[in-house]
Amino acid sequence: MVKTSQTPSSSTLPATAGRADLRPQHIHDAVIRLAGNSQDGIQSVGGFLARLAGRSAQEVMTYMTIPATISGGPSIFQVRIGSGEVLSAGDEADFLVAFHQHSYDNHIGALKEGGVLLYDSDNVQPNLDDKRFVYVGVQITSLTIEALGGTAKDKGKNIFVLGLLAAIFNFDVEKLKTLIRERFGKKNASLADTALIAFQAGYGYPVDDLLANRYHFEAVHKEGGRAQITMDGNQAIAFGLIAAGVRYGAAYPITPWTSVMEILRAELPKYGGLFVQTEDELAAVSMALGFSYSGHLSVTGSSGPGISLKTEAIGWASMAELPLLIVNVQRGGPSTGLPTNVEQSDLYQAIYGGHGDSPRVVLAAASVEDCFYVALEAARIARKYSTPVFILSDSSLSTRIEAFDEPDLKELVQHSKPDLTPRPDGFKPYPLDQITQHAPPGTPMLGGKYPVLTGLEHDETGHPSGSPALHVKMTVKRREKLQKLAAELPLPDLHGDPEGDTLLVGWGSTYGPIREAVNRMRTRGDKVSAIHLRSLHPLPNGLETIFARFRRIIVVELNDSGLYGFGQLATVLRARYCDPKIQSLTKTNGLSFLVKEIIEGVSK
Amino acid sequence: MSTTPTATEPAKLTKSALTAERPTWCPGCGDYSVLAAYYKILEKRQFAHENIVTLAGIGCSSRFPYFVNSHGAHYIHGRSIPLATGVSLSRPDLKIFVFGGDGDGFSIGGNHLEHGARKNVNLTYIIMDNSVYGMTKKQTSPTSPVGFKTKTDPTGAMDRPVNGVKKLLSAGATFIARAHASQINHMTQMIERAMDHEGFSVVHVLSDCSEFFPDAFTSANPRKGGEYNIIEEKKWDQTPEDELRHDVTDEAAAYRLADRPFPGLFGVFFQVERATKNDLEDMWIDSVRLKTSHCSDLEILQQSFDRMK
Repeated sequence: MVKTSQTPSSSTLPATAGRADLRPQHIHDAVIRLAGNSQDGIQSVGGFLARLAGRSAQEVMTYMTIPATISGGPSIFQVRIGSGEVLSAGDEADFLVAFHQHSYDNHIGALKEGGVLLYDSDNVQPNLDDKRFVYVGVQITSLTIEALGGTAKDKGKNIFVLGLLAAIFNFDVEKLKTLIRERFGKKNASLADTALIAFQAGYGYPVDDLLANRYHFEAVHKEGGRAQITMDGNQAIAFGLIAAGVRYGAAYPITPWTSVMEILRAELPKYGGLFVQTEDELAAVSMALGFSYSGHLSVTGSSGPGISLKTEAIGWASMAELPLLIVNVQRGGPSTGLPTNVEQSDLYQAIYGGHGDSPRVVLAAASVEDCFYVALEAARIARKYSTPVFILSDSSLSTRIEAFDEPDLKELVQHSKPDLTPRPDGFKPYPLDQITQHAPPGTPMLGGKYPVLTGLEHDETGHPSGSPALHVKMTVKRREKLQKLAAELPLPDLHGDPEGDTLLVGWGSTYGPIREAVNRMRTRGDKVSAIHLRSLHPLPNGLETIFARFRRIIVVELNDSGLYGFGQLATVLRARYCDPKIQSLTKTNGLSFLVKEIIEGVSK
Repeated sequence: MSTTPTATEPAKLTKSALTAERPTWCPGCGDYSVLAAYYKILEKRQFAHENIVTLAGIGCSSRFPYFVNSHGAHYIHGRSIPLATGVSLSRPDLKIFVFGGDGDGFSIGGNHLEHGARKNVNLTYIIMDNSVYGMTKKQTSPTSPVGFKTKTDPTGAMDRPVNGVKKLLSAGATFIARAHASQINHMTQMIERAMDHEGFSVVHVLSDCSEFFPDAFTSANPRKGGEYNIIEEKKWDQTPEDELRHDVTDEAAAYRLADRPFPGLFGVFFQVERATKNDLEDMWIDSVRLKTSHCSDLEILQQSFDRMK
């Protein structure tokens, strides 16, 4: 590592400082990439920026990579703040903050030409001959130590950087200080004071000497006046489930699902509910089914490998017709795969995983905000159709922080108690002419006959039966309820013109990049539109009427193009619509789609 | 009381009200006796009919819920304990009985037995052990004795059989008893005591398979020349005889009793009071609710959202 004495002093860079004038002072969109090690606290700086943007009614989206190692390792946190609609975390950065030499080496390629490199000149020696960038070297480590005194070592340099950024971007300092106090003051007041000293040191640094420009985000005038809230995708799922009246659940820890269960474990007791960490994935889904059997719609969740372990029990839920929510925060597979990377390769598993014909519903969240609303929709469907429902999220949504309009909780909050009202004589748990609605234990059965739920094929009373005719009827019964659901699902909104040359079809976290790609292509005159599917199984009725108005359909998804050249949703859609104009654009490097990758892929 | 039961006037719980389908077990199967004992206890105790829950996994014995007219579920192989845990933790108003065989309890579901016992979940589990896989027609079970010839061990089982009592002791079950299905009065007593125990209570019942392992437990059946040795429990009566009796709270003594050669001893090996998972979770919920019980669900959620602004 290069020592301070060998690092060129930041004040020796007048030649390049002028490049900052290339950037406008009033900006409405900026991508800031913080690159360091995971213990440098860059996530919390990113979190502060995201929350600040949320409080300032600005749009914000973050993107983060974390190493799969237990502690340490290179990591980045990227924040994109905008006064307009922010759809993706940004392909390239306007500002790069490099804490270490490897941060610079690995990420300088992601900086836009004319972009600003803010680096810790104690640790980083950039190639100053590369005239494409503006260089701002600050002795971040030593100045932090100087500000905080000896014992703190370099802890706090993240907050020092936050102060620097506040100065460069004219952020609302009072709001940031409030956020710092809220974050650190909870533990003890002196910690908050220390953080504020570091912040002040960064904020007061004479950055003017190095950077000709200060930036200012254009003011946002928002209509409606609902406050913005800031959270990540896993929080949005957890709070969506709570809003949906889900009070019980069980799971086993696995990245990137774990924080959903941590939140539910801590939150549900406030409502008199309970979330249990079990001995394994099989126990988790089984305990969740025990809660559901008792009359409480419940949730289990995991990531790919854990979902594989749950599949037998999910088949039982399908056969016994019990409602159950299963969250899969997808990561790269197969097997242990890429635990901290993003992939959308569990779609087949969600739709088809398990033996036999076992219908279940599969929904996917498009954004952090959508994670909240998908949870509500999943609970509604599970209750109405007494069926297992998958909620697909992924690694990128799980850690992405977004600010969005606060949901109308008064309107949305659901209440749910087991329905133990006595059931009349003749009650059938599995009626052929109706959708099953079970009588949970504790329900008096006025006819004197009590129901047994079963994974064996059964007649309408739940009596096991191997009758071929009955198996036909019951298979139809279980399948038809999904067909009824398909009929009530709305068609997805069309982004762009209702007809044209190319229709992009996406699902899950690719929503933002696809939309931004469509916007850019339409600006240059391409006849491109997009739809985003939330319900993947069943598909809503009538998609073919949308498909018919485009010359080609390109399904954009983060999975492999497979043996026959089509990704997982593309394969499902081709099987469903038998339409050869359905094509596939896939990607499997463990990272989200860049906007330009979609544009290039579509333009080929 | 022959009137139709209603929600307000519960009818007396009789064996006929509890009887559902005719069991599909083979003639001579020990499981019939377990079913008879279950009817007898429920009839004696007169629980509210709707609050009885009969759960099971997979196997001959796990067909049990179909033969009892109560709320019930026939779940998947080996996972009945976590299913029952979900019912127990969320519904303190219910009486939960889990039935299964040696495959469910000691093999495919062994890990759940371990953790159900460790957590001391409040439920009663009857393991009907026939030492053979009967439903799939004679394969080796986790309790098959070494040398027992099956279709999967044609020259005789080679793996050391599971000692159920020792497994349960080490896992932390708080009530462990053993019985033989042919000794119906003793078995009924054991199941009833298990039912009265607060916590994870298990009765390991030897239940002969008349079809695939008919003589498995003959050595424990006095009618066939065997010996049914019942553990004498301490009466705490200060007599010299009492010195020799078993203290059911003494774990080390229970291990020694569990080590007796086949067919071993019968009766209560171990019984202690320890906080149940149900109690501990309730205490945790109560401690959290101290701050929130005066708020509506909407208010609690709104507070969380306010912190994210």
